[in-house]
Parts: sequence; C-alpha cells; structure tokens
Amino acid sequence: MSGRHSNSETAVRVRRLEERLIAAGLTSDEQLDDILGKVLSGSPANGARVVARAWVDSDFRERLLADANAALDELGLSMSSGPVPVRLTVVPNTPTTHNVLVCTLCSCYPIALLGPSPSWYKSEAYRARVVRDPRAVLAEFGLTLPADTEIVVHDTSAESRHMVLPMRPEGTAGLDEAALTSLVTREGLIGTAAV
Amino acid sequence: MAEPRFAVGDRVRARPVDPPNHTRLPRYARGHVGEVVEVQGTWPLADESAQGVAAPRVEAVYTVRFPAEALWGTPSGHWVQVELWESYLEAVG
Repeated sequence: MSGRHSNSETAVRVRRLEERLIAAGLTSDEQLDDILGKVLSGSPANGARVVARAWVDSDFRERLLADANAALDELGLSMSSGPVPVRLTVVPNTPTTHNVLVCTLCSCYPIALLGPSPSWYKSEAYRARVVRDPRAVLAEFGLTLPADTEIVVHDTSAESRHMVLPMRPEGTAGLDEAALTSLVTREGLIGTAAV
Repeated sequence: MAEPRFAVGDRVRARPVDPPNHTRLPRYARGHVGEVVEVQGTWPLADESAQGVAAPRVEAVYTVRFPAEALWGTPSGHWVQVELWESYLEAVG
C-alpha cells in the first residue's frame, strides 16, 4: 500500500483486517507482501509478450492454446499470485470469430499476469451489455466487426481466467518480436480492440 | 470425486433455480439449454465455500456455450460461454 493513502478510511480498514488475519494465524506480513508483489508485477506488457511470441512462433502458439499455464512458464511468466496458480486459457481470434471477455458476476480478470483490470471492465454497464449485445458494445469501443464475424463472449464465472490472442495485423511481416510486442494493447487482450 | 457426468458435445440445461445463497450460476443462463465445449477440471463448489462450509463439495466445472438467441430471444450472431459447476446443470434428453 502506498504511503499516500495510508490515512484513508479504506487503508485503515484493510490494515485492521490484515492484523486480525495475522493474529488468527491465517496469514503473515511476509505472505501478504509476497502476494502484493506478484499482483503488482502483473502488466499488460506480459500479455503483449505472450501474443508477440505466438505470432512469430507457431509451435509456441499451439502450446499456448493447449496449455496456457505451461506456455507462460516458458517465458518466465505465471498466473500465480497465491499458493496455487490460477488456470489460464487463451482464446484465439480468427478471421471468422472474435472473442471478448467479461465477468458478469463481479470483476474476475487475470490480474497476476495482466495487472489490475481497467475500470470500465468492472462497470455494471459493460458487464450487463456485452453479453446481450456485444456487437454494439464493441462498436462503442471503436471496433466495428464485419456483420458475418461470429462473436464469442466469455463470462468468467468460475475459477479459470482468460486472455484473448488477437490476430496479427496485416503489414507487420517485417517487424521483429519486440516491435510486435509494442503493438498489443490491454484492450486487445480483453477483446474490446482488434490488437 | 466422481467422473464428470457430462462430456464435450453434450446438451445441458442450466437449472431454473433461485437459491438464497451466493451462486456462480448467472441469472441470465438459468433455464436455458447450451452445449458443453470444455470440461475444465474440478473445483470446490463456490456456493458452499462462500457460506463457509468446511469441506465444500468438489465438482467438475464445464464451459457451456449458449447461442444468443436462446438467452435473449433475438439472433445476433454471438455466443455466450459460461463456466458452470456440475450441480448447476441437468441433462437434456
């Protein structure tokens, strides 16, 4: 927790809760610091690395789609912010199918890999509307899909987390992996942008 | 833990229930028929762990794909995939 917020009401309540949990022997300062460190190491840049590698290495792409957690290992990344790594699946966009992620019940998101979710992802408007009319919601994000592109909305309602594998943009044949990485946005990894 | 009751390709109906406790069965899916597209593995039933049950039931979790027209009544070229514990589902004959 940053010192800047240490006097806020929320911070005081969080600290009180931490102290109760520690006193009850359920956790320790060290364990909490370890978990926070892992959460804060999550970043969309991690997802971008995974995507760029999948674009340049079709064998890696296959392994990623078959077992995303194992593929993350290869890049030194993980879905672990606690004792047990969370299961990740990666869903690939194709010329005929576009994927988009939501958690209609709350705000589940692959935080350990991608860091905190954007605020709109947690909004009731996004959560309620994207399952019902994803085409219109995506258009509001500036992503207008061809009418015959099928959309799959993934509602993260259980214990897995997901990431979208965007299609490699046209005209990028000359770019190396590092340059490709810089093209990928957080919205692309959620499915509200093409890349 | 018993073998998963459903397999990929099975048609299943989300139970039309309205439990008073926490559940991960979204309201919009209840009563609707979808198709199992993945058997994810097994996890403690969230409904029970949320109530502090000491040893919650461990059940298979399935990814179930519902066509938009089944959920919302109008065809709009999309699917919604929901992740559902086994006891949320019943077989469709």
